[in-house]
Amino acid sequence: MLRGAAPLAIPLRDWWMPPNAAAHGVAVDRLMRWDVAAMSTCFLLANLLLVWLFLRPRRKSSAPSPWRAEFIPLGLLIVLYIVMAATAEHVWARERFEGAAPAALRVEVVAQQFQWYFHYPGIDAAYGESRPQLINAALGNPIGLDPTDRHSKDDLVSSELVLPIDREVDLQLRSTDVIHGFFVPEMRLKQNAVPGVTSHVHFTPIREGTYPILCSQVCGSGHARMQAHMRVVSPTVYNAWLATRAKRVGQ
Amino acid sequence: MNDLSAGGRARPTLLKRIFTTDDRALGIRYLLLSLVAVIVGTLLSLAMRVQLASPGIRWPLHGPMLPEEYLSLVTMHGTLMVFFVLTTAPQSGFANLVLPQQIGAHRMALPWLNGLGFWIVVLALVVLLSAFLLPAGGPISGWTSYPPYSAVASAGPGQGGGMDCWLISIGLFCLGSWFNAVNVLVTVLTERARGMTLGRMPLTVWSWFVSAILILLAFTVLFAAIVLLFCDRHFGTAFFIPQGDWISGQVVGHGDGSPLLWLHLFWFFGHPEVYIAILPGMGLVSGLIANFSRRPVVGYRMMAAATVLIGLLGFVVWGHHMFVSGMNPYAGTAFGLTTMAIAVPSTAEVFSWLGTLWGGGLRRTTPLLFALGFLSLFIAGGVTGPILALPALDQYLHNTFFVVAHFHLIMAMAGAFSIFAGIYYWFPLMTGRLMSERLGRWHFWLSLIAAYGTFFPMHLEGLAGRPRHYAQVTGSTSSLASLLPMERGVTWAALLLGAAQLLFLFNLIWSTRRGRPAGDNPWQATTLEWRPVHAPVTVGRGPYEYHSGSSEEDFIPQWETASQQE
Repeated sequence: MLRGAAPLAIPLRDWWMPPNAAAHGVAVDRLMRWDVAAMSTCFLLANLLLVWLFLRPRRKSSAPSPWRAEFIPLGLLIVLYIVMAATAEHVWARERFEGAAPAALRVEVVAQQFQWYFHYPGIDAAYGESRPQLINAALGNPIGLDPTDRHSKDDLVSSELVLPIDREVDLQLRSTDVIHGFFVPEMRLKQNAVPGVTSHVHFTPIREGTYPILCSQVCGSGHARMQAHMRVVSPTVYNAWLATRAKRVGQ
Repeated sequence: MNDLSAGGRARPTLLKRIFTTDDRALGIRYLLLSLVAVIVGTLLSLAMRVQLASPGIRWPLHGPMLPEEYLSLVTMHGTLMVFFVLTTAPQSGFANLVLPQQIGAHRMALPWLNGLGFWIVVLALVVLLSAFLLPAGGPISGWTSYPPYSAVASAGPGQGGGMDCWLISIGLFCLGSWFNAVNVLVTVLTERARGMTLGRMPLTVWSWFVSAILILLAFTVLFAAIVLLFCDRHFGTAFFIPQGDWISGQVVGHGDGSPLLWLHLFWFFGHPEVYIAILPGMGLVSGLIANFSRRPVVGYRMMAAATVLIGLLGFVVWGHHMFVSGMNPYAGTAFGLTTMAIAVPSTAEVFSWLGTLWGGGLRRTTPLLFALGFLSLFIAGGVTGPILALPALDQYLHNTFFVVAHFHLIMAMAGAFSIFAGIYYWFPLMTGRLMSERLGRWHFWLSLIAAYGTFFPMHLEGLAGRPRHYAQVTGSTSSLASLLPMERGVTWAALLLGAAQLLFLFNLIWSTRRGRPAGDNPWQATTLEWRPVHAPVTVGRGPYEYHSGSSEEDFIPQWETASQQE
């Protein structure tokens, strides 16, 4: 479990974050490094100044001019805030303002106290209908897929999210019960799964490996153990996995 | 306490003393109520820290802590601290204690409403704590109580009776807070002494005034949300429960509600709430820094304007709690920008404080130490604000310990330090005595070191991706298990932070009985609460007329008229 030790082993290079594994994460990490560095500098300078003023003996001179004490430093910080906002909104816009490309791989994430299910649409590329009345994990239908719907015949439901490397993924998120938070630290990605709402996020995994999926929105007594794995593999391995799973569904 | 508060008036009957309408007595009672809440809330958080440092530890007379028990500790800790400590102590406690005197009023404008408000808040606290006595325990959905989790009793243990207690308690709290806020508003608007123009009000009064407006608007929305949620739970409505919602094996969603509606309503209250908690502290610190540096506040008008501006902008930033909630990403951009905008008046206040301190030569009393501690922690918590305001970064940091570190530094720690500063500073108004400086200094330095020790490492845990509300970090994917040593360090620091408060408690009790008599105006302050005689007054000058340079009399109090000096 080398990756498990990552937050402690290489804290400085990645600013304590586990190594990035998503295409958009490069820009997110660059932003994080700059912004954390800039604000840490502000923190250090202000606190050093505070300590110095605390120890400083009394000076006769009157109050500093408002320009030196107030307007110039404030102006500098406003410039910093504007730069931070502009660069970050740019990254946000590029990542979220448009949906995935039509060719993206589509997977539905279904959150449920306290499990993640990953619903692959199969060859017909259409998700089968599901109904809450049909949810029955013991009978192998944890998300309530309707067997009479023709689109659900070839659908796969997995408890592990397996994805091919370097291909854009269009995740469709929903929840059957309460609000959950879909969080994959290595993918620099978090989005709530809200009952009654279908939301989409898209990203491209760029590094093979197994990454933890965590729940980031308190959802009940099992919140902390509501974890799953995302496995990013080569396209060959992915197709093989899909074929084995499809065969199992066919039986 | 009552003898003091009665101060010279005829000795009232027992019933009148219990249901007093005297604002100073009420101020002290609010502070004592907050003290009870903060002791319980702190013990809950220490239990959480011990659990996180040693998962699976067997508690005496109890056994291992279940995850739902941990979550109920989180929920009750947050609720107690946010409502009954950080809102109650500065806005109800200090305002009752000091506000009428600071504006030269005889008393609060609406004493009866004021007294009623206090008992409603007491009732709210009792209802909240009684949730612990229920067999299923307290509510476990966090202080934000997101539905459908909070709307359906079967969603988890404690979400039945415990959640009802929470809703009733917070509903009552809204009511009590309104009464207090109306009282503050009317008092400031109608009861000021002659000459006490808006431009001569101390910055504390500006803060209480703005906070009172925020309470009226924000708590009203929260109250509405609570009523709707209560109807969802008991009267079959579906404001927040979506169609087909399926919980614990049953379809519970028969209407067409939206959980996101609650998020909007809650955070429309929730964000102004953090300013309600911190604005009075900011006003107080401005005055303390001026007093103990013997200099006028740099940019008094700008500070008053910044207070109002923070209050206004506080109402248009709520969406920054919802970047990843499923809200439209364009809205995320808008809320990110408004949030960056609110950093500007906050930064301006910081520069004003630093500018006032600029000439050095401070009187290093305990109230000043806590005011400077507030400033340090306010900066520490403030610098992460613009980071979390950016949706691109918040999509990683949201609901991690980075956020926990941020709001504990800026709201909890800075807030607590300003409350401590206020108690050390205004203690003579309550008891006629000063608190021990020696104990106060120990209390300050230990608290400051322990506060940074507790909350600084949480930033690193957050960057490592550690989510909130986890009863233990050793989950099934084991990505967080490597954080366990750091969790232990944080727990030791938190225990030290808790232990340091024993010094404060001891100081409080000891100084009430044995503290040095304070005499008139022990801090050589300029504002009216330190006036030796409480007779009608005409105010002829601003609140912070300190003049460094001249040797003996380096200040002119607001109650002194031009003819009286020299």
